[in-house]
Amino acid sequence: MTDAISTQSLTRRFGTYMAVDKLDLQIPRGQVFGLLGPNGSGKTTTIRMLCGLLAPTSGAASVAGFDVLHDTDALRLHIGYMSQRFGLYPDLTVRENLRFYASLYGVSGSTGAARCDAVLHELGLIERASQLVGQLSGGWKQRVALACATAHKPPVLFLDEPTAGVDPAARRRFWQTIYTLAECGTTVIVTTHYMDEAERCQRIAFLSRGRLIAIGTPDEVTREFGQETIEDVFISLQRRDEGVLT
Amino acid sequence: MRSQSLLRRIDGALIWPMVRKEFLQIRRDRLTLAMLIVIPAMYLVLFGYAVQSEVRHVPTVVYDESHTPESRHLVETMAQTQNFAIVGVVRSRQELATTIQLGRARAAIVVPPDFARSLKTGHVAHVQVIIDAADPMQSAAALSGARLAALVLPAKLDPASARHTPVIDVSVRPWYNPALRSSTYIVPGICGLLLTLSLGVIMAMAIVKEREEGTLEQLIVTPISKTSMLLGKMIPFVLIGYIQLTNVLILGKLFFNVPFRGSLLALYAIAGVFIAANLGVGLLISALSQTQNQAQQLATLMLIPSMLLSGFVFPREAMPVAAQWVGALVPLTYFLDATRGILLRGASFQALWRDVLVLSLMAAGTLALSINRFSKTAS
Repeated sequence: MTDAISTQSLTRRFGTYMAVDKLDLQIPRGQVFGLLGPNGSGKTTTIRMLCGLLAPTSGAASVAGFDVLHDTDALRLHIGYMSQRFGLYPDLTVRENLRFYASLYGVSGSTGAARCDAVLHELGLIERASQLVGQLSGGWKQRVALACATAHKPPVLFLDEPTAGVDPAARRRFWQTIYTLAECGTTVIVTTHYMDEAERCQRIAFLSRGRLIAIGTPDEVTREFGQETIEDVFISLQRRDEGVLT
Repeated sequence: MRSQSLLRRIDGALIWPMVRKEFLQIRRDRLTLAMLIVIPAMYLVLFGYAVQSEVRHVPTVVYDESHTPESRHLVETMAQTQNFAIVGVVRSRQELATTIQLGRARAAIVVPPDFARSLKTGHVAHVQVIIDAADPMQSAAALSGARLAALVLPAKLDPASARHTPVIDVSVRPWYNPALRSSTYIVPGICGLLLTLSLGVIMAMAIVKEREEGTLEQLIVTPISKTSMLLGKMIPFVLIGYIQLTNVLILGKLFFNVPFRGSLLALYAIAGVFIAANLGVGLLISALSQTQNQAQQLATLMLIPSMLLSGFVFPREAMPVAAQWVGALVPLTYFLDATRGILLRGASFQALWRDVLVLSLMAAGTLALSINRFSKTAS
């Protein structure tokens, strides 16, 4: 069985700025994988390249068995993407948003309706189905966005800072859903700023200034840096980055 | 980023969810919808009546070479329509020309020497009305007044006699503005201008809004191609364009009696490419702007040549060559030519193939450019 995600020297430059520098990553299927690092470390750029939103400057990557540069069409059918902005239509209801996004993946008609209803039930959204998304709080929007990103049952799911601006209770519920998805075989790649969330990941990768500097289980990574917690690792890295910048 | 040909990227099945979603959003946005439907009507009525004001009492001189009771009766009937105000009598063609040239009169009624004789012998009696057509409103008034008099007079002259109905032919000679720009001429212009004003802007806004709210990025991650995405967003606005057009045409017919000489089918066919070209311009604007503000400003910038250089107000023939070139880049120029041809002259679809061709090229060109720009911004 091939890895869900595999990159070889994946690089992206913006002008003279190296956003991602020769990144090599192998992520097996069914894992919850955390992509961590301070702001500007290249997390979001990496995810955008893996989703086919951004072309790499050099290097290669394959996601769910598809080359991100050449098999973009097939790739898009097999991934789900949820951004920190959620990408929902505030003037459409929860169900309308879900039905729309699902239908773009070919999940339409009566099977689509059934599938959308199932997703609404699973995520506890059924009572809110007829509410306009614009009237929902951040936590509810997050769940709607997750529903939209998973209605077509993608084998690989990208979550770009999905819990930014969401209250702790909603975050906890969100993570339970993520584990359920992973148990069912979905590979989940998540970027986050919350270190308690990082410790929930099965494996994490630390990025700093576009480079991969550590990869492993949260315990392995903390040990490698000789720190107590992931948070300490993060802070020491950030200090180092800022020291370089100033 | 993707190497497939343009056509292969139109994954037809995914256009419809896009169209459906767009309609749902338009339905929720009642204010915009109301503006799209109501504002054209308001514009038309305001504009149309502004053009129609002061249609009465055109200062007129009489050049009566017939000097008969019949000719005097004719002049009287014309004056009774109240469209003419007789301000004097002239004694020669020369005097007539100077009077109009100096602006002392805007129209002249010329009754030839054989007028009464023709009436009596059952021949067609000719009357000439000369109009200073530089002012389109006055000439329209003079025109209708003269025609009305020509209809009414024969019955007045000879009510008892049924042996032969006298026929009076009024020929109108518009001076200075042989094309006779009148309110009926303005209505097709308003049709086109309104479509230009509203469609480009709402199209651009609809896309920039998606960019601002982050839904555009979300759409790009889904399997829908950029072409399908843009087409799906365009289609509902084509329908709105047709609703606007129909609105203006119905109102134009009801209030201003715009003639529908040519085929309505041809008009709607041409309107289709015109609407597409304007939506294409809107797409291009949205591809160039990051915020709704920028889009609004760009759209305004593009509207000015449409209003001034398309021939909507000023005849293009009278413009300097450079202005004509700029005008040639504006879709409205071709639509005006085509609609005026169809509505006023009854021109056939075949006669307007050049307008149709240019508009089609504009629609295809702007669409292709926008798709191209979108691919670049996403990668």
